Amino acid sequence: MRHTIAALVENRPGVLTKVSGLFSRRRFNIESLAVGVTERPDVSRITIVVAGDSAVLEQVLKQLNKLIDIIHVTELSPKDSVSRELALIKVVVDSRTRSEVMQIVDVFRAKIIDVATDSLIVEVTGDRSKVAAMEQLLSRFGIKELVRTGDIALHRSSITAEDIAHQGDVN
Amino acid sequence: MTNNITGAKALIESLKKENVEVIFGYPGGAVLPIYDELFDADIRHILVRHEQAAAHAADGYARATGKTGVCFATSGPGGTNLVTGIATAYMDSVPIVAVTGQVPRSLLGVDAFQEADITGITMPITKHNYLIKKAEDIPRVVKEAFYIASTGRPGPVLIDIPKDVTTDLLDFNYPKEVNLRSYKPVVAVNIEQLKQAASLVTASEKPVIYAGGGIIISHAAEELLRFAELIKAPVTATLMGKGAFPDAHPLSVGMPGMHGTKYANYAIQESDLIIAVGARFDDRVTGKLESFAPSAKIIHIDIDPAEIKKNVRVDVPVVGDAKTVLTKLTSLIKQHQPKTSEWIKRVNKWKKDFPLHYKKNDMIKPQYVVESIYELYPDAIIVTEVGQNQMWAEQYFTYTKPRTFISSGGLGTMGYGFPAAIGAKVGRPDATVIDIAGDGSFQMNSQEIATAVQSEIPVVVAILNNGYLGMVHQWQELFFEERYSSTVIEESVDFVKLAEAYNAVGLRAVKPEEVKPTLKEAVESGKPTIIDFIIDKTENVFPMVPAGAAINEIIDLE
Repeated sequence: MRHTIAALVENRPGVLTKVSGLFSRRRFNIESLAVGVTERPDVSRITIVVAGDSAVLEQVLKQLNKLIDIIHVTELSPKDSVSRELALIKVVVDSRTRSEVMQIVDVFRAKIIDVATDSLIVEVTGDRSKVAAMEQLLSRFGIKELVRTGDIALHRSSITAEDIAHQGDVN
Repeated sequence: MTNNITGAKALIESLKKENVEVIFGYPGGAVLPIYDELFDADIRHILVRHEQAAAHAADGYARATGKTGVCFATSGPGGTNLVTGIATAYMDSVPIVAVTGQVPRSLLGVDAFQEADITGITMPITKHNYLIKKAEDIPRVVKEAFYIASTGRPGPVLIDIPKDVTTDLLDFNYPKEVNLRSYKPVVAVNIEQLKQAASLVTASEKPVIYAGGGIIISHAAEELLRFAELIKAPVTATLMGKGAFPDAHPLSVGMPGMHGTKYANYAIQESDLIIAVGARFDDRVTGKLESFAPSAKIIHIDIDPAEIKKNVRVDVPVVGDAKTVLTKLTSLIKQHQPKTSEWIKRVNKWKKDFPLHYKKNDMIKPQYVVESIYELYPDAIIVTEVGQNQMWAEQYFTYTKPRTFISSGGLGTMGYGFPAAIGAKVGRPDATVIDIAGDGSFQMNSQEIATAVQSEIPVVVAILNNGYLGMVHQWQELFFEERYSSTVIEESVDFVKLAEAYNAVGLRAVKPEEVKPTLKEAVESGKPTIIDFIIDKTENVFPMVPAGAAINEIIDLE
């Protein structure tokens, strides 16, 4: 079972190490982790996808909450949130296959962002399954390199990092 | 507000604002400016002989007094030597603040002389840590550090300060309050959960209260006593909970788990309700998890929500401070008529049938040494090392009050006891402080005799000398076909001469009748004293639950 966790954290050196260190020493499995600034310069947002049952999820949330630099942690359920991932895929092409790849890119509403004589770099954005489908379709042409950001996600409601940072709410 | 003082001065002033009366530490290059300020300051500094001892002494001071202990060390090896002590405090939720020097900011990250990334190293073993980058942050960080260390579930906090930060100038203004949006240790107790807990308690016919170190931390011993007497439930206190409930009380069943009493373990296994308060279902308590308390519902009261459901299933979780929760729970059920008389009878029968016991002969038995200490000094603070000595100290002394049994429970740190005893004695100078030690553990920090002598800290170390690394030796005897790999240390050191070399008192006892006179001589000497009790080497710790077994599969001396 896969869970998406959003953590608002103090934007300070070492916070990411504290989070990733916690996961490794408590044997939680990270599928992906994405971190970046928010609308507030003093707050960063970490989106983590973890694998595990509900007991694991509960421990992950509680242990994260114990870290002093973590301001707020919540699970984002698929129902109440939106999530996206971005992937860059470098595909092998020749004059024969180039147009076919471009058609697939079109259908997926992806983009070609670099063209070389023997390869293309495709940028695809979407949920996990879309990115996976794209990867699978392109794999028969030959994928030279691939990079994925990991999921980033937001709750559908109107709560912002700003609100939470002001409240100082932790639990 | 004081203008233009150095970072070092600001640190010392901040510690004074936190009412720090003593610091355990060891100087070095990176902390020279701090030690220079300390030279004139009205704070006692105890110079240890190894930084590990500074951390343990701060920890022992904290456990004996309930205040936050403070230790200092320099950068690099100074900080890394603190690590075992910090980890010990972390595992047992002890509030200490460790201050380490660091190389100057310009040298951070270049593998400078005596540079170690101590905030990185201690990240998993501190409640929180800081690397101070600006002198003006010092007062706020110290304020936060003491607050974090001592509130909620307490724990160690480390502050790392580059040398040039301690010489920079700042305008000193000590904050009145802490403003941490990400740390709110006080939680309101959930009344619904309390009601559910109350209804389980009133329905139970075979309850057991399982009390841990949280009772002591939260000053809830009285509330525990009142609650236990109201619901008439047997109380098993863990190693960390020793003294939380009087051992001699009729409802006390002693310690649970691996070296617990048979009757505590039988009671847990047959109970219909476990009421865990400030305890964390450690593997040394539960034994084989799948077989733990098979017929019991579980109420888990703890201030740390992450402890709840970490190891065992829980029927009713109650997050909150032990004292508050016990008070509220008691008032919710104060009309309760307990239905536990049959149960108490059954538990008492086990107590009668399976008491702790050992066989006397013409040699000194370690259990007899511990009993003698209790007879002579029932109000002593007992500190222990780790291993057989620790278990005998737990089993054969009758503890009645919190903060009178000080021992490394979670980490199981050999070498903890002696420096922790020094810290305890500094914090409680009127108490008799006795470190019950093994000959192996004591040698891990025996250099601290010099500290005790120089700073005139009259602790007594009672070495139960069997010439073995006893607990491991016992496991080899029972589970490794008596293949005593690296556990025999006989006649490796003359502890009397060792004590005398440091200008401490060294005494030896070899016969049972010498035990009490030697103990008296030690305590009455008023000086740091090492007693070498030559004990029966064949003695082992029983009862015992083998690793991986259920706690009722407990073996005993026949």
